[in-house]
Amino acid sequence: MGMNIVVCVKSTPSSVNVPVDAATGQPKTAGTPTAINPYDEFAVEEAVRLKERIPGSTATVLTLGPDGAADVLREAIARGCDGGVHVSGPEFDGGDSYSTSLALCAALKKLHAEKPLSLVLFGKNTNDGCSGVVGAETAAWLDWPEVSSVKKIEAVDESSVTVHRAMEDGTDVLKLSLPACLATVKEINEPRLPSLKGKMAAKKAVFPKWAAADLGLTAAQVGASGAAAKIVKAAGQPPRPAGLTVAGASAAEKAKKLVDILFERKLI
Amino acid sequence: MANKGILIVAVSQRASLPPATFELVTAGRRLADTLKEPLAAVVLSEKAAALAEDLAACGVDKVYAVEHPSLANFIGPVHAQAAAAVALKEGFGKVLLVSNVAGRALAGQLAVRLKAGLAADVCEILPDGKVLRPYFSGNLIASVEFKSPVAVMALAPMSFPRAEAGAAKGTVVPVAFDPGSPKIQFVSYQPEAANEIDLGGAERIVSGGRGLQSEEGFKPLRALAQLLGAAVGASRAAVDSGWIAYRSQVGLTGRSVRPKLYIAVGISGQIQHLAGMSSSGTIVAINTDKDCPLMQMASIAVVADYNEFIPLVIDEVKKRKGSTAVAA
Ligand SMILES: Cc1cc2nc3c(=O)[nH]c(=O)nc-3n(C[C@H](O)[C@H](O)[C@H](O)COP(=O)(O)OP(=O)(O)OC[C@H]3O[C@@H](n4cnc5c(N)ncnc54)[C@H](O)[C@@H]3O)c2cc1C
Repeated sequence: MGMNIVVCVKSTPSSVNVPVDAATGQPKTAGTPTAINPYDEFAVEEAVRLKERIPGSTATVLTLGPDGAADVLREAIARGCDGGVHVSGPEFDGGDSYSTSLALCAALKKLHAEKPLSLVLFGKNTNDGCSGVVGAETAAWLDWPEVSSVKKIEAVDESSVTVHRAMEDGTDVLKLSLPACLATVKEINEPRLPSLKGKMAAKKAVFPKWAAADLGLTAAQVGASGAAAKIVKAAGQPPRPAGLTVAGASAAEKAKKLVDILFERKLI
Repeated sequence: MANKGILIVAVSQRASLPPATFELVTAGRRLADTLKEPLAAVVLSEKAAALAEDLAACGVDKVYAVEHPSLANFIGPVHAQAAAAVALKEGFGKVLLVSNVAGRALAGQLAVRLKAGLAADVCEILPDGKVLRPYFSGNLIASVEFKSPVAVMALAPMSFPRAEAGAAKGTVVPVAFDPGSPKIQFVSYQPEAANEIDLGGAERIVSGGRGLQSEEGFKPLRALAQLLGAAVGASRAAVDSGWIAYRSQVGLTGRSVRPKLYIAVGISGQIQHLAGMSSSGTIVAINTDKDCPLMQMASIAVVADYNEFIPLVIDEVKKRKGSTAVAA
């Protein structure tokens, strides 16, 4: 019995060390190369591993983003996914996690109606937005069970999946009924590099492109108009105050001075 | 009806409240005083009645205690159902959570149920209602404005002082809860090695990098950490070398931390490491290379070989602890 798996990925700047555009007050990302969000690589790898583990399964990559975002669909196919779907259109610009997850939910429902889905995988967070909540929000819209911080998928059968969740103080094991959403963390696997065969498949791949109307949504529900939060301004990290260097003739003298300072400042 | 009031959503972990929950009380109290609105909390736990008393003692006006065995371990949709019921019934305008594994997932679930904007990792709440949070992997700070009547904020641990029990005591209200038949079942929990301090809530962190040369190198670091009541962190180079578990990694692909004191030993301070710790209070760098980025940005830099230096620091601290113990 095969299962249909979808992995949600985002095209993000490959370097997040970007300046703020003084004119717009927003990050200056134009010209920065984009790539598959590094945290999504683990989700893609896990989708492909599951597909390989359970004969007859499919792994589909789903992205919401501008035209150029089709590149991350190709990247995921080069790494073993079977096909991709591109949710795109100017109406999606300026979305937050709320409106983005609503659009992802609509796209997943559309896929689910075509052929029933079992699992939807997400990365831990993006390297640009860094919210780490889109998986949980999408699952809430779908009303499907969701677990975040998944570091291992232990067992899967027709109706359930058992996962390990990395918590601050240890590991939880949880069993979800399918269909379900899982947000993965780095520990889950070591992503493979694209294969030659995969690269060939990626080159040839064509993707359906869905606008809001194709998903049964209005332009007002998605992107900036549908957003519930807005980044009004970006700023660099405040500069740290200048530091001091602990000098001394010997290591022992430096150690004494350091400990003196830490006690004086009540840090220890 | 206009949304009004601040609701803290407190999730117990292993039958107690994470210390960062009390940071929410401080942030919530400040907001409540600014907006002249009431401060409430909802405790989701198998021991909610008892834990609710702790929050009431810290001056939360009204604490809803949802006590149910299904809330013993975090199950996103179950916890969301319980919290959303309280939030919707009372029409709260601001919902505060801890930005940890459970709190973030719960924030996402609640945002949809409450039709709310969401900001995670919030490190500051501005008087005009906007919040600040790091993004672009810590390189930038976003100022976020909520457009929805309800705002969900997950606050980064260590961003606000912890509230303590005081004179004004709030009331505790028990709330009945029926989880129905959840689609997620808790199976088991495997704790981390005992007496390990979690990085996220640590006031002090001693962190080691490739400069420690081996797993052995972490021994003096652990001794120092124990002496200082500090958590042990690491750079990716140390983790990838197999000297310490991934859960201890600080940085872009590890944990974000903001302790009062961060001591970096044998860590050069590449941008991916700084992404996880540059918001720390005081940063001490101990390194043989005075020119490396971490030594340049540190509050206190010490040029030293850790092999020789850390044992000397341990001796000095022990001397001092001895004398303060007598004085105290
Ligand atoms: C996508 C991506 C994500 C990454 N994520 C992370 C992350 O989350 N966290 C992270 O830390 N890194 C991350 N990195 C890796 C990062 O770029 C650096 O490689 C790493 O931080 C270096 O670790 P280090 O400082 O311990 O090692 P090095 O850069 O090798 O520095 C070792 C330091 O030890 C000093 N030293 C040597 N001997 C001694 C001695 N006897 N006593 C005292 N000092 C000594 C040296 O002077 C040097 O400064 C990431 C990289 C990439 C590409």
